[in-house]
Amino acid sequence: MPGTTEEKAPVPIVDPTSATEEEIDPAVDRDRIRVLSGATETAASFQIDGEDHTLGNALRYIIHKNPDVEFCGYSIPHPSEAKMNLRIQTYDGVSVYTVLEKGLEDLMAMCDVVEEKFTVSRDDFVNQMQQ
Amino acid sequence: MPPPSAEELARRKKLEVGVEIVSNQASTDFPGHWPGEDHEWDLEYFKNNFNVQFHTHNPHDTQFSLTGLDTSVANAFRRILLSEIPTLAIEDVFIYQNTSIIQDEVLAHRLGLIPLCGSHDGLRWLKWYKKPTDEDEGSGTPSDYNTVIMKLDIECKWQEGGLQRAVAGETDPDKLYTGHNVYARDLIWEPLGKQFDMFPAGQEIRAVNPDILIVKMRPGQKIQLSMHAMKGIGQDHAKFSPVATASYRLLPTVDILKPIVGADARKFARCFPRGVIKLEAVTQQDVAAHPDLEGQEGEPKAAVDDAMKDTVSRECLRHPEFKDKVKLGRVRDHFIFRVESTGQWDSDKLFLKSVKLLKVKCQRIKRGLETMRG
Repeated sequence: MPGTTEEKAPVPIVDPTSATEEEIDPAVDRDRIRVLSGATETAASFQIDGEDHTLGNALRYIIHKNPDVEFCGYSIPHPSEAKMNLRIQTYDGVSVYTVLEKGLEDLMAMCDVVEEKFTVSRDDFVNQMQQ
Repeated sequence: MPPPSAEELARRKKLEVGVEIVSNQASTDFPGHWPGEDHEWDLEYFKNNFNVQFHTHNPHDTQFSLTGLDTSVANAFRRILLSEIPTLAIEDVFIYQNTSIIQDEVLAHRLGLIPLCGSHDGLRWLKWYKKPTDEDEGSGTPSDYNTVIMKLDIECKWQEGGLQRAVAGETDPDKLYTGHNVYARDLIWEPLGKQFDMFPAGQEIRAVNPDILIVKMRPGQKIQLSMHAMKGIGQDHAKFSPVATASYRLLPTVDILKPIVGADARKFARCFPRGVIKLEAVTQQDVAAHPDLEGQEGEPKAAVDDAMKDTVSRECLRHPEFKDKVKLGRVRDHFIFRVESTGQWDSDKLFLKSVKLLKVKCQRIKRGLETMRG
């Protein structure tokens, strides 16, 4: 089929400043995320550096779609600090970490579908126009 | 509990546009909102429901509809399009001579805003320039893989015999001077190192629109400068934004609840942009369905032609004769996107890049989370 993307493999996270296409060290991303104090296994606030409403709201939506979630919300505590806080509370016995991880995975799967359908639809449209 | 009817589902999807209020704005497709309904995230359901439909497709201007996804995600794509896709733009300007009446800083700003284009492979190959830091001496050296050098060297002079013509009363600058208009086409790219291979002839780095007027000069004025173009993102400066506009609007709906006929129908059609409302003749079936139309057969009757063309000006709600006869709305999950590229990348490629970037964002957070938990 034209335009379908076979690879569902992760996209390499290349350092945009590196001449030799080096990948960004995972430790960099490790330092961008932290758990704020007062967290338990079923209720935690995460702080993520360098993210804003773009990821915050999309992530909030997809986490809300999980029936194990009691509450989810995000905020940008201060407009001149590039930080995003994400609060998740789950029902009994479900870990917030697995919920967040599932949310990220679901969003990535969604992106794959959007990309695939967009390419197919565009190629169809181009073919149609050429006829 | 029975599953919701098709009408109920359509009602949930529709924002109601009133005279001064928009109601039913929030999406409710979450688990626990509607008793007895699931609404859990389901990829298969999304696959079957999500749809893309193209309306126009030009390299630098594309319109398409995305249906069946949430506002938060559509908005994420739009925000990424505006501010997170890297492009090449002039960042540093070294001015050796500027005797034109445009001040140095204003001139540098104008140069920065000129959209550049070139071989897509080359632009992908270009890396970001890293600013020098105090700790690492010798860092931040511009190189062929992160900096593109362009030159502008132009002087305004009298044409042959121009002075005499001016004395004789000629005022047309084109007949008096040379080099008095500086255009974007006068920017000359100076390839370095590997850039020779990455930007072959015909795909060299140049202004997308060669006719952008940068400065006007008069005889004796001169501009000599060199520029460093670098990659950056719109978050840093709007000149790096790859799009002129990237926006979406929700699909408008017009529901005619009671027939609008005769002169009223014509007036109703005029309340909308052309093509939204069409006039049909009142038929026997209409009369059977609405007894008050008795004797009006063959008269014009307003019907919806193409609601997508509506601008939702709400003009029809201002007239008392249409009261309770029409309902305006918008479909919550139908996004009509318009992506206008500045010319460095094609509009459709830009949208695909935005999708990829959202995925990379998730991937990086996931990676950080995994490393954190060990």
